[in-house]
Amino acid sequence: MTEHSKSIDFKNLLIIIASGILFGLGLGISEMVNPARVLGFLNVLGPWDPTLLLVMAGALTVAIPGFQYARLMHKPFLAVSFNTPTKKDLDKKLISGAILFGMGWGLAGICPGPAFVALNSLESNVAIFVVAMLAGVLVHDKLLPGS
Amino acid sequence: MTEFSFLNAFSGGIVIGFAVILMFLCNGRITGISGIVGGMLTKQKEQSSWQLIFILSLLVGGALYPWVWGQDLAVEVSSPWYVYVIAGLLVGYGTRMGSGCTSGHGICGLARFSPRSMVATVTFIVVAAITHTIIKLLAG
Repeated sequence: MTEHSKSIDFKNLLIIIASGILFGLGLGISEMVNPARVLGFLNVLGPWDPTLLLVMAGALTVAIPGFQYARLMHKPFLAVSFNTPTKKDLDKKLISGAILFGMGWGLAGICPGPAFVALNSLESNVAIFVVAMLAGVLVHDKLLPGS
Repeated sequence: MTEFSFLNAFSGGIVIGFAVILMFLCNGRITGISGIVGGMLTKQKEQSSWQLIFILSLLVGGALYPWVWGQDLAVEVSSPWYVYVIAGLLVGYGTRMGSGCTSGHGICGLARFSPRSMVATVTFIVVAAITHTIIKLLAG
């Protein structure tokens, strides 16, 4: 789907900025930007922090009706088509990738969205994480594109 | 860190939900952060500009949070620095290999009722909980 990604229309640009700012605010409000909160959720042998589950519930309360409503639309309001993943099979890459991601997430309590938002704290460990994460993305996409 | 606010967690989630459907219903795009980062780093400049703008807006959202919510952004990262190197590499590589992270699979994918995303989300949450528990037990 490249026909509407080559240049950005002004309205599309406003949506991208609004969505990014809302997403960042949401991660702040829900405190998912704090790795200690996430690790509290992963701390299943207790004391357990249910915050992450409530954040997911809040997000899905809005996202499920939104995505299901989209099925009734022929196209998005400001683009020529919906750009949704086409893969359907549960392959090895999906599972192996999720396992590697889970290991990293369990080690630090940081996933990609909160990593960028948390840069605002000016904590050096967050910057170290973001640089390593970008390196991990590049290794996968550039050095080992077949994996 | 054990006290939690039901209202903050749920309302923050709702704001994230609105961010995600705004992007999908208007621009037709999935708000998966790892996919957006992948596009930002590997696509041609004219095709990757929206991804860069989104990531910068995400940062701006975090910067605006103290003004909007009247609280400082709390970020506790107390492990040794090399933990963040290993974790960052695993998160970057793993999310690209598995085609998504907490936002792409965990929110957008689940909301689309995607079987792939359900399997991925359960997998990374279970593995993360096991990893955290092992580390905690080893550290005593």
